[in-house]
Amino acid sequence: MSDIAVHVEGLSKQYHIGKRQERHDTLRDTLTDAFIAPFRRAGKLLRGQATGAAELDETIWALKDVSFEVKRGEAVGIIGRNGAGKSTLLKILSRITEPTGGYADVYGRVGSLLEVGTGFHHELTGRENIYLNGAILGMTRVEIERKFDEIVAFSEVEKFMDTPVKHYSSGMYLRLAFAVAAHLEPEILLVDEVLAVGDAAFQKKCLGKMGNVAQEGRTVLFVSHNMGAITQLCEWALWLDNGQLKLTGPSSDVVAAYLSSGTEGCAVWSSSSTEPRNIEAQLKSARILSVDNQPTAVVDFDSPFKVEIAYDVIDPVRDLSVTYQLLDSQGNLVFEAMDTDMPEWKGRVREPGQYLAVCKVPARLLKPGRYYVSLASFIEYIKIIERQEGVLAFDVSEVGYLLNPGRLGVVSPVLEWEVNQVDTTDRVASNETKNQAENTGPSASPLSEKTR
Amino acid sequence: MALKERIERQPATAALASLRVDDGPVPHIRIEPSKGWVSLKLRELWEYRELLYFLIWRDIKVRYKQTVLGAAWAIIQPLFTMVVFSVFFGRLAKIPSDGIPYPIFSYTALVPWTFFAQGLNQAVSGMVSHANLIKKVYFPRLAIPIARVLAGVVDFSLAFIVLLGMMLAYDIVPTVNTLWLPLFLLLALITSLGTALWLAAMNVQFRDVGYTVPFITQFWMFATPIVYPSSLLPEPWRTLYGINPMTGVVEGFRWALLGTDTAPGPIIVVSSLVALALLVSGAFYFRRMEKTFADVV
Repeated sequence: MSDIAVHVEGLSKQYHIGKRQERHDTLRDTLTDAFIAPFRRAGKLLRGQATGAAELDETIWALKDVSFEVKRGEAVGIIGRNGAGKSTLLKILSRITEPTGGYADVYGRVGSLLEVGTGFHHELTGRENIYLNGAILGMTRVEIERKFDEIVAFSEVEKFMDTPVKHYSSGMYLRLAFAVAAHLEPEILLVDEVLAVGDAAFQKKCLGKMGNVAQEGRTVLFVSHNMGAITQLCEWALWLDNGQLKLTGPSSDVVAAYLSSGTEGCAVWSSSSTEPRNIEAQLKSARILSVDNQPTAVVDFDSPFKVEIAYDVIDPVRDLSVTYQLLDSQGNLVFEAMDTDMPEWKGRVREPGQYLAVCKVPARLLKPGRYYVSLASFIEYIKIIERQEGVLAFDVSEVGYLLNPGRLGVVSPVLEWEVNQVDTTDRVASNETKNQAENTGPSASPLSEKTR
Repeated sequence: MALKERIERQPATAALASLRVDDGPVPHIRIEPSKGWVSLKLRELWEYRELLYFLIWRDIKVRYKQTVLGAAWAIIQPLFTMVVFSVFFGRLAKIPSDGIPYPIFSYTALVPWTFFAQGLNQAVSGMVSHANLIKKVYFPRLAIPIARVLAGVVDFSLAFIVLLGMMLAYDIVPTVNTLWLPLFLLLALITSLGTALWLAAMNVQFRDVGYTVPFITQFWMFATPIVYPSSLLPEPWRTLYGINPMTGVVEGFRWALLGTDTAPGPIIVVSSLVALALLVSGAFYFRRMEKTFADVV
């Protein structure tokens, strides 16, 4: 028997995306189109050209001519930016959607974990949901019964097994959901970004569990934005870019190449409209700048960076405020900053003209990971003029990140501490502290413990 | 340690493998684009029967959660419809009822009808309400409409118990033909599922279809001999009337339980043929459209 688990050859997937909305200049155009379109669509439906409610002309290749081979027992990381085709690849391999071209040979029972808690029902109890979710993920009833106690123990919500999950906190819900998923025992496991949920401690537990999975000789394909997890769990990785295979190799090499590629992320944005659409002010462009004023999509943890926003003021306006919001990869709002934070612009009338606002963000503040910047301009307490969601994307790399990776919180600032020994104690007490220090050592990074 | 665990797990994994696939311990699947009409993969559906069971079980468990009247809703709907029909069609319009008291005449028809209409409605909306499942997990998509229709059997049973009570009250003794009843229920199920497969597959792409379901069931109800007997029609039209499979179901129920003499024979044959055609064509259409479900739902 061959030792190949997955063989992918020329795999492609084309998606139909809606044609860009055409501008209807008159009500008559809008009405005519609204009247004719349903008939066109009905005709297409009857001919079996099912393509979706939107117009069907534009297509994109979510995956184009991807070939690779995974051996039995290997753990492979799949990386790439959003929309690079990572999830599409997993969806095809788990047979949720069909490829448009090429083929994949899969040897072994496939379990896919594209989301935790799929099929959970809020009205059902924890116990009932374990059975339901297990069945949906492909476990047999016998298998679920056999692992039931283990699942419950892993989830840490024993006490609430007979409570409907709608009364669970979101953390409990996710723990239960992951507990079921973590006990899947297929020969090939496909995992998509599911670890992006839950608190850090539980995330670690899950990573440890996944490490076990790989050690048990099962094949794992793992999509993640968590580069640390990829390098720790996977022997090799493949990097997808715009649906195409950009690089494969040992995971640390691929991750390094991926992180250092300047094309990753989007360091520069400029407004697509040439004419101002707003009366008061118009956002023109924005950039992420490194310390030496170069646009960059990767910022080191231990170096500061700048957010630069250019805008035009069209009409004299008082209390105009241009702001940006920084969101993390899960969409959490990390902070919001306004160019009126500086007292000299507070409440002042802005004369028409071009403005350039630069905000310095200190080093050692943002946790390593992906961040997005949304822009907005508004007149304080009066109205929002313009919003531009998620126009910039950048990564804070782990370079210089010496902190405990399990540190909780949205940000991980390195703050100034003043630590002095203020008194001497006897030897016993100092021994105790020494022991404690030793105990916290390994538990602070159980990952390396479990996976190595 | 790892080795020991692997050895322990082996029998279980092997057993599973043999449950799911039967060609050796390592199943091989080739994933490639499908073209044209595809097979129904009924065997795979059978392999997923436990999931089917869980989906039905969930539907039943969840259906009347957070309601005050709970499962009473299964009875209220046909019962109140029967009262309204009896007053307007039976008492005021004086529609004939084959010599049977009008309330039980219409209720006997409403019980299978409600099963059919609910099943259709649930199955069509089920594809959209299970969108997340469709997008995140692989399983034979046919399981959703099948589970939805089958879950209605519980409601049917409750309404049927009331029907038995009414027969007792009206002093109607069921004939030996009652033995045929499961067959008529099956016919209702096939009709419901067959129609649902067509509409559900379309509804994934075009939600308009979901909006038309209430119209369809409403028109269909009046095209079915529920408020009136099919004996109003002379032969051969009466037999042709069986082209609407629900005619066969409704007249079959009345014949089996109430002993009406609208000989169901020819009607049932026509109805069964139409229902089967609906089911088979619906299943193939559904399977053909299935590959796009995850992308467009």
